[in-house]
Amino acid sequence: METLGNTPLKKGIKKTVYYVGCALIAIVMFLPFYWSVLTSFKPDEQIFAMPIKWLPTELTFEHYKKAFTTVPFGLYFWNSFVLAAAGVLFNLFLGSLAGYAFAKLKFKLSQPLFRVLLAAMMIPGIVTMIPSVYVLQHLPLFGGNDLLGDGGHGLMNSFWGIILPGASGTFAVFFMRQFFLTLPTDMLEMARIEGCGEFNIFLKIYLPLTKPALATLGIFTFQAGWNSFLWPMIVLNDPAKATVQMGLQAFSYNFQTDFGPMMAGALVAILPILILFLLLQRYFVQGIAFSGIKG
Amino acid sequence: MASVRKLERHQARTAYLFITPTMLLFLVFTVIPVFMALYLSFTNYDVLSRKDWVGFDNYRRLLDDNLLWLTFRNVFLYAIVFVPFNIIISLSLGMLMNRAWRGVKLFRTLNYLPTLTSSVAAATVWIWLLHPEFGLVNGLLSYVGITGPAWVAQTETAMISIILVTLWQSVGSNMIIYLAGLQGVPEYLYESARLDGATKLDCFRFITWPQLRPTTFLVSTLSIIGALQLFDQAFVLTQGGPANVTKTPVYLIYQQGFNQLQMGYASAQAFVLAIAILIFSVINMRMTKAEESVI
Repeated sequence: METLGNTPLKKGIKKTVYYVGCALIAIVMFLPFYWSVLTSFKPDEQIFAMPIKWLPTELTFEHYKKAFTTVPFGLYFWNSFVLAAAGVLFNLFLGSLAGYAFAKLKFKLSQPLFRVLLAAMMIPGIVTMIPSVYVLQHLPLFGGNDLLGDGGHGLMNSFWGIILPGASGTFAVFFMRQFFLTLPTDMLEMARIEGCGEFNIFLKIYLPLTKPALATLGIFTFQAGWNSFLWPMIVLNDPAKATVQMGLQAFSYNFQTDFGPMMAGALVAILPILILFLLLQRYFVQGIAFSGIKG
Repeated sequence: MASVRKLERHQARTAYLFITPTMLLFLVFTVIPVFMALYLSFTNYDVLSRKDWVGFDNYRRLLDDNLLWLTFRNVFLYAIVFVPFNIIISLSLGMLMNRAWRGVKLFRTLNYLPTLTSSVAAATVWIWLLHPEFGLVNGLLSYVGITGPAWVAQTETAMISIILVTLWQSVGSNMIIYLAGLQGVPEYLYESARLDGATKLDCFRFITWPQLRPTTFLVSTLSIIGALQLFDQAFVLTQGGPANVTKTPVYLIYQQGFNQLQMGYASAQAFVLAIAILIFSVINMRMTKAEESVI
């Protein structure tokens, strides 16, 4: 039995079956990408052709032109980028500040406050959605509001209404805290003896050591910001402030049979994350594995 | 002695300073909204003029709201199919990809790619993939002589379409979580089991599955919470139709709150959904933490 199982022939067959199986799965997972790229470059008469044309005989950029002229995708692209990038900057800075405090500094309320933050992660987003709108609308002294939060529209229909509620996500704090815990504490004591200020210890000694964690957190925050849909749709009413996801949804709703431009738009919406992934692959994988182990 | 205490006080002051922005944002955009949601659910708040206390009226109205219970039924059906499939597929992929053979990394990457897409872009692409006449899925089915259904336009298959999209989008990252979990299973367990004559199936049942219980707990909890709050894909792919079979509670709450402006009533609906999520998470916790294996 044992010898039979290890003959080179049987091993070879096993390997072949394995690779064929894996390749089939990968093809199934990849096919939607191939299909949408193909559609976005095919002329209309080839899009609506049966049986399927796996390789187009003619390429056209018409669909991209149409997508960008009927909908201001360039503007939406910029809006999404600003929102996602601001989310990254805020989360990296505030998340690591708080994460550092919870991991490295001693204070009475450290544990209770951290536990409250963690417990709040279990609250489903839908519960806070409606009252968050109320809060945004009635923030005192913002967007034409008076001291009591009346009179104006607060932070509704403003980018801040999206940036601020997510500016210091609990996940960011938790993630950075876990990373700071792995760093030694004696550097901190040394620096204190040398007379270094607390903020400088954080900024000049510890923060530079967290670059890999910051990269991972930054990528995930960017992806979440870029892909988010429901909350921006609620907060932003002004069409000039719409995001890529909102623009894409409106487009696919209004031009339901225009599959060429629809695929072009969808690909444009995916592209930045795809590029980010190809450039920084290892940080992606590290990040998911981390949240899986610690969770 | 006095200087030590002074240092500690200084440290605590720094810590509070560091966590202030995070805690302030947490207070404004999580703590206040949670309590406000509870309060609003007892009012007839409509954004424009009214915010009167109506007692249990909203909750009484819930009981006879057939559409609400239909959306609950829809999302339960969805979760009952989606969550187990999500776990089975991600775990299988993880086990399949958990070896250091050449090319496996490429397979992992290809399986991970769909998780990068936004839900709006993914749904947009799948509208076209599932097109009854010219879509890829029915085109492939026609190769083997099957006439595919109208997918998103048919009451029997609309929910299946959403399940397909969301599975395609989520198994990749869960595969990575499982991979990380699998790499934490000590090799000697398998070695000693093999010495005792355990089959591959025994190894899975008595080593892999129990060892991965924390991972399965994480994956199942996250996917239950996500599944019961399904919105994006239902909004873009099927617009809740046909005949409301893919309308979800979050969809209904969104419409009730932001189209019809019945925010008080929508808050009550959100609370009921949150309680349902809580109940399911607890059941899941019991199941994945049970001594005996669930399968």
